[in-house]
Amino acid sequence: MSQQNEVLVDPIFNNNPIALQVLGICSALAVTISMSQTLVMCAAVIFVTTLSNLAVSLVRNRIPTNIRIIVQMTIIASLVIVVDQVLQAVAYDISKSLSVFVGLIITNCIVMGRAEAFAMQNGPYLSALDGFGNALGYSLILIGVAIIREPLGAGTLMGYEILPTVSNGGWYYSNGLLLLSPSAFFIIGFFIWAIRSWKKDQVEEPEYEIADNVQYREAM
Amino acid sequence: MANFDKDSLSNTFIVALAVCLFCSIIVSGVAVALKPIQQANKELDQKQNILRAAGMLAEGSSVASDGRTVDEMFAEFTVRVVDLESGDFLDDVDASSLDPIKVAKDPGRSIALTAEQDIATLRRRENISLVYIKTVDEQLDKLVLPVRGYGLWGTLFGYLALDADLKTVSGLGFYSHKETPGLGGEVDNPSWKELWPGVQLFDRAGDPGVRIVKRRSTAGNEMAAREVDALSGATFTTRGVQNLINFWIGDLGFGPTLQKLKLANG
Amino acid sequence: MEHFLGIFVRAVFIENMALTFFLGMCTFIAISKKISTAIGLGIAVVVVLGITVPVNNLIFNHLLREGALSWAGFPDVDLSFLGYLSYIGVIAAMVQILEMVLDRYVPVLYNALGVFLPLITVNCAILGASLIMIEQDQTFAESAVFGLGAGVGWALAITALAGVREKLKYSDVPEGLRGLGITFISVGLLSLCFMSFGGIDI
Repeated sequence: MSQQNEVLVDPIFNNNPIALQVLGICSALAVTISMSQTLVMCAAVIFVTTLSNLAVSLVRNRIPTNIRIIVQMTIIASLVIVVDQVLQAVAYDISKSLSVFVGLIITNCIVMGRAEAFAMQNGPYLSALDGFGNALGYSLILIGVAIIREPLGAGTLMGYEILPTVSNGGWYYSNGLLLLSPSAFFIIGFFIWAIRSWKKDQVEEPEYEIADNVQYREAM
Repeated sequence: MANFDKDSLSNTFIVALAVCLFCSIIVSGVAVALKPIQQANKELDQKQNILRAAGMLAEGSSVASDGRTVDEMFAEFTVRVVDLESGDFLDDVDASSLDPIKVAKDPGRSIALTAEQDIATLRRRENISLVYIKTVDEQLDKLVLPVRGYGLWGTLFGYLALDADLKTVSGLGFYSHKETPGLGGEVDNPSWKELWPGVQLFDRAGDPGVRIVKRRSTAGNEMAAREVDALSGATFTTRGVQNLINFWIGDLGFGPTLQKLKLANG
Repeated sequence: MEHFLGIFVRAVFIENMALTFFLGMCTFIAISKKISTAIGLGIAVVVVLGITVPVNNLIFNHLLREGALSWAGFPDVDLSFLGYLSYIGVIAAMVQILEMVLDRYVPVLYNALGVFLPLITVNCAILGASLIMIEQDQTFAESAVFGLGAGVGWALAITALAGVREKLKYSDVPEGLRGLGITFISVGLLSLCFMSFGGIDI
């Protein structure tokens, strides 16, 4: 696998930001209630992560070490403001329902984490790819959660009815739990289980091993 | 670049300054360029909410069934500023820049509500507010009032539309709330909103008497006309909706305004 | 007084930063293996939130909001689009200053909190609380109470989760769920519990 592919594809399954690196979970939960919100959020994160990685990488040789965090923050915050302003102008309804979560992309650890860990050491092209790949890995989990939550919770997908609910005269009794944010935790928990059953090397070592029952053996 | 010291004091200042300058130009440029579109979006959104509450615009669409745009339909409305205490119209206040919710925050232009007055948990009520009047052939046809009140998780903001007799609900819609999705959030459900048109606002004595109930009174009973089915599993939200309507049509809300309008329209 | 008590209780239980808004999740999950570290981080968050939210409130009301600059002769200037940039700047600066002050005057506390302070800048609970404060248009006094309450709520939540996780390590969890997976599910259950505070009105 070439280095470009590796940088791009690796974070999607092997080193997923949400499922393995524990980055960027905060905003992942609240916005997954509907598919359209999720897609806009993913697009925003992809835009910000790619461009911030690119920008940080371009100026990486000039950033003084002691103010590098602030410089990265400023670049990220400016990009997020641009995204927020554009959303307010072209997708007002969605920007209203995303409310504070667009702003919270600034503190989304993926953006900051990739800028610090990758873009500070690598060239602009690879950095942009890395940002794009990580944001894609993030988006994949988010879309996966949304694709479970919206149809089972509200009977719709992207606002179109696919499971006619009882309250609208259909047959489907919607599962109210999936409309509540805690359900996203359960879904992500099971996603992690699924990924780790597939990729065994991600399984964590137990901190505490239950000892064999010595008494029982002695009795034999 | 071999002897370039990126950690020198001068370079630190230069980089900090350059980053600030560059970012501020981009950010300000975008903000200024997009400002008119954002402003238009906000106004359009508010107009749509009012038209939806008045039943003139379907949920999720931005064009009426007869093809008229939001602006054309909204042109039938006149926006008036009212003094809630006396119910008089104030023509010397600019309606376009008035935001009743902001006024309620200003101690000089609002009153504090006591616990028993404050059934909708607003804490402060503005002294002046807005009403939207639709007239047909010089006759009042519909009146839309901004309403708000506390539900389960937070304040519900919406519009209540009244028919020409000023006693009957023409429609109710909330444009912002934080209620539990699937339970209290069903205040947005079109089939629940359909229950509202025709509901009587006042009891025989003329007091606000909207009731949201689990079991409707038998037909023919005086109370039946003032009742709406509750949302299942959303006791607090429905209680909040009942309270906020009764507050805003009552003496502390738009009650005096409604009295004046009734007299004026015979 | 009652009003402020209400805001405080709301911020701690009903609108808990971690368990109903899901803010600060990355640190919440990463640093909750031990009760003692969780408490240390919790206290640091209380301190930083208690300072930054009211400071950001002052900045918003006196510099950024529409018409706020009228004292300087610019009544029509609306700088609220600079909000995110200013708030994150204030947070980063506050954390830095706090670190230096603690190091100089209260070395005991600095040693206890030191490692957590830099982490806090990127904790979305801090920025989130400021953004929620702006959205709710709070006054200065309200924002101070809200900031403290939000911090206490977050600290309470992370301590509770650490307690659960300390017990959890002795249980026999399926292989793939071990560690991160079961933590997510525990957080989900905890946040369901916190939903039962809804509707409490003070």
